[in-house]
Amino acid sequence: MKISSRQILPAMVLLFGACAPLLINAYELSLLGRFLALSILAMGIMLIWGEGGILSLGQGVFFGLGAYALALHLKLEGLNIANGDMPDFMVWSGVSALPAFWYPFASPWFSLACIVLIPGSVAAAFSWLVFRRRIGGVYFALITQALALAFSTLLISQQAYTGGFNGLTDYSTFDGYDITSNFAARVIYWITFVLVTICYFALRWLLATRWGIMLRATRDGENRVRFLGHNPLPYKVGAFTIAGVLAGIGGALFTLHAGVVSPALVGVVPSIEMVVWVALGGRNVLWGAIAGTLLVNFAKDQISSALPSLWLYGLGALFILAVSFLPAGIAGLFRPGSPEERVVRRMLTRRKLETAE
Amino acid sequence: MNAIPAPLLMLENVTVDFDGFKALSDVSMMLTPGTLRILIGPNGAGKSTLCDTIIGRVRPTAGRITFKDENITQLAEQEIVRRGICRKFQTPGVLPTLTVMQNLLVAARKNRAWWRTLTTVTPADELVRAEEILEKIGLADRRGIMAADLAHGEKQWLEIGMVVATDADLLLLDEPTAGMGPQDTQRTADLILSLLGRHAVLVIDHDMSFVEALNGYTTVLHQGQILKEGSVAQVRADEQVAAVYLGRGKE
Repeated sequence: MKISSRQILPAMVLLFGACAPLLINAYELSLLGRFLALSILAMGIMLIWGEGGILSLGQGVFFGLGAYALALHLKLEGLNIANGDMPDFMVWSGVSALPAFWYPFASPWFSLACIVLIPGSVAAAFSWLVFRRRIGGVYFALITQALALAFSTLLISQQAYTGGFNGLTDYSTFDGYDITSNFAARVIYWITFVLVTICYFALRWLLATRWGIMLRATRDGENRVRFLGHNPLPYKVGAFTIAGVLAGIGGALFTLHAGVVSPALVGVVPSIEMVVWVALGGRNVLWGAIAGTLLVNFAKDQISSALPSLWLYGLGALFILAVSFLPAGIAGLFRPGSPEERVVRRMLTRRKLETAE
Repeated sequence: MNAIPAPLLMLENVTVDFDGFKALSDVSMMLTPGTLRILIGPNGAGKSTLCDTIIGRVRPTAGRITFKDENITQLAEQEIVRRGICRKFQTPGVLPTLTVMQNLLVAARKNRAWWRTLTTVTPADELVRAEEILEKIGLADRRGIMAADLAHGEKQWLEIGMVVATDADLLLLDEPTAGMGPQDTQRTADLILSLLGRHAVLVIDHDMSFVEALNGYTTVLHQGQILKEGSVAQVRADEQVAAVYLGRGKE
């Protein structure tokens, strides 16, 4: 097989990703794994926002659904629930018996299935209901934001069932395997890395299919598509569902890396942050979404540990910069025919016309 | 005498009432397969509303629309399109970030079920059809260009091409020459005339030079009602028409 020069950089990135556990220290690895988990969610935002034109300010909800689906199981690990054992926080809250909805999560397989099924079905049902009424644009963004607010409020208010504001933390094993050791950290990293790679190539394929073209067509002119005899609904609902599933997977992996899930990770502010990652990285390019997520989160780690109060201002500034000067994000700078390049080209032709006159 | 051909589209006493404003009142009209019909009238006469009503974007308050002997008055938009009516909008409704070819292929999809799109392969017959249309609308050398980068006239042709690509029996073309120079207008007229036979075409316009180039059976709409029907020459000679429309248009 011959490798062309255009494939060298991606191949090196893949190689570094695969060998990272041997190259960087444990702390850096845990950060990288966490941020790669987030980048799975970011690819979902790229799909719905960049390709589908659907701005969701509530991806934290699906992230949280996946994260809690796994966390519920992790909290039950090692407990003998038939004997009346309960997670620590329930005992502190004075709950007398394990709530019924917790029971099935004692099975690791049920929990793993739920990481995909719960965010997927909620995203499908929600988007179908909203898009069927032909609600879109800003209204859709506001509804999703309200959803994120409602979700985090619900989690906080149901302290006895959800761990409330503190969320769920302090995990030790998964299906009997220790998940706190250094070795486990590497395995979890590799699982994350493989899933990021699979999601990347699966989405690349999907966007190259006629389905991907129909999704872009729907973004460009929903009415035109409708009056060519196509129903735009399956493309929009399908994209939103996939994004929900990706957010759920990202959430579950993030929980494994971080050892915690809490309402502070799923509410309005984190949901908006997620959009900023993609805006900055480039919402029309898959690797842009990943790069944006890694970049913003590593920056956040650096800045917020040095000057904690400064981070939110920094994030705001980054978003304004991206929207005003890089509408196609960092990835846009590397793409011929990108909006930036077009703006420049248009300015040049205008100047030429003016001089001609 | 030839037998009267079965009608393709029938409007019977169609009335559209926007909260008391009658955009269309009691309009009846019949189109035969493969023929041309021109719809003219001053601004606000109800031409676009008539189009909207046929394709289900606006629902009539009263009356009935029949297409190929089927009542389509209350069908969903995409269902009406699937029966064989396709419309070009007044402002070019191309899909800007898709290429010219992709625009045509979106329109040319024969099986419109979404699960049939989960493939990177385009059926050969759809490719051939798109290729034919590309040739017909004169954009063969522009196939790989993003629709957003086309000139205004080219966008209009592309959208006509998309409408044709659906293989609809009835094409509704709303102001296909809006914003075009005389040369492009003539080209558009030739393009439309070449579509007849395979498709019936209903053209809305108020550019008289274009209407004369088409020279088909013409219906004049005024204040939501049909004022006059006949050949372009007959319509031109009509005093009433001249009073409401042509006279003003000449100023």
